[in-house]
Amino acid sequence: MSRVASIFKREFGGYFRTPVAYVFLVVFLMLSVGLAFFVGQFFDSNVASLESYFSFHPWLFIFFAAAVGMRLWAEEKKNGTIELLFTLPITPLDAVLGKFLAAWAFLSIAILLSFPMAITIGFLGSPDWGVVITSYFGSILMAGSFLAVSSLTSAFTRNQVISFVVSVCVNLVLVLMGWSIFNGAMGRVMPQWLVDTISNFSTMPHFEPFTKGMVDLKDVVFFLSLTTFCLFLNVVALER
Amino acid sequence: MIEVIDLVKTYGAKRAVDKISFSVSRGDILGFLGPNGAGKSTTMKLITGFLTPDSGTAVVAGHDVRKAPLEVKRKIGYLPESAPSYPEMNVEEFLLFVAEARGFTRPGDREALVDRAVAKTHLEPVRRQSIETLSKGYRQRVGLAQAILHDPPILVLDEPTDGLDPNQKNEVRSLIRGMATEKAVILSTHILEEVEAVCTRIVLLSAGRIVVDETPAAFQARQPGARLDAIFRSLTQSDV
Repeated sequence: MSRVASIFKREFGGYFRTPVAYVFLVVFLMLSVGLAFFVGQFFDSNVASLESYFSFHPWLFIFFAAAVGMRLWAEEKKNGTIELLFTLPITPLDAVLGKFLAAWAFLSIAILLSFPMAITIGFLGSPDWGVVITSYFGSILMAGSFLAVSSLTSAFTRNQVISFVVSVCVNLVLVLMGWSIFNGAMGRVMPQWLVDTISNFSTMPHFEPFTKGMVDLKDVVFFLSLTTFCLFLNVVALER
Repeated sequence: MIEVIDLVKTYGAKRAVDKISFSVSRGDILGFLGPNGAGKSTTMKLITGFLTPDSGTAVVAGHDVRKAPLEVKRKIGYLPESAPSYPEMNVEEFLLFVAEARGFTRPGDREALVDRAVAKTHLEPVRRQSIETLSKGYRQRVGLAQAILHDPPILVLDEPTDGLDPNQKNEVRSLIRGMATEKAVILSTHILEEVEAVCTRIVLLSAGRIVVDETPAAFQARQPGARLDAIFRSLTQSDV
């Protein structure tokens, strides 16, 4: 466990050693809050809820999780430090976990930094705090799954841009499969059971219950197993 | 201390290392010679457990690298080619990370190890400088500091004097000589005079095979009076 901790510390600190982390946080907050205000009609809806903020998260993480995860392995390969890392007495699993958890913690901070929104609705009305908490929980869980995809794509290349693009594509598919508009279009050409099955593999229908205040075990298991599956492949990819 | 047995590694159609066997005992400084692409770095990567051999194995301090890679990695200090390190970290942070990843988690222990390695490699003046701002010579020494940090019984150094000026080269050589009495050392180099200056044995590789395994004196005796590079050229001509 201490090996995982040492990797975690280096990786997490690494985000803040360069201005990239701050740029990322500012852009993420501006975009996520901006979407809630200007597209999601945060004020006009006149409801003390963060639903308009969280409803954009599946779309945002397509890009932002890919941006956080793209450097995880590609950078090590490019710098040659992967040789240093894997001649230290740590297992690939230690390294994958340490790095993933660091990136996840960073992304979670980005999500939690929207807390002034929560304070605002608490000040202006009486929100259902249970819903706010489950929404944050669901959002962080979902971010972890997207990030695991991105960490995996990063392990296949030494080029961060390639990792980013491939990861965006995979994440996009994961969202689109459960997007209601897309499902509607699919329903016209294929039977409903098939549409339902496909949409079951999407992050979208598993995230929505959280934003309504429902924590269903099957949704939690979905995100955790998607994350675990990607991290497992990540370890295998590095052990080659 | 190191027993290399019939190591084979193939990249695609190219056999990089072709059934290499040799052994290194305590007090030996083995100089790895050979043209670029002869398999020097690959052999080192196989011994340190970074790459897995297609067949054969290396036994390091009694541990088989295929069966107990972590044990082997604990016993080896490894300087990869061109001394990769994390550019955004400063020297001290980087060495503390390596110490922690090597399992030295008690705060006092770590600092003591880092102090010793910094003193041995004369890194004191740049201790708090970020690695990306260092000259090639200093970076090389950071790599060396990282390799000797845990006082390993075995050192594997891939071109340790590459990029150093003549004074620094001398310094690194005397550092290696000073440590070699209680260690087994493998180093690769392109500089033939270096072999004469520090090594107790020469292993000359050509096209993935061992051409020569003898003392520098015996190597010189092949063509008395000739320059070492003339002997080197005549032995590796088939490679060109």
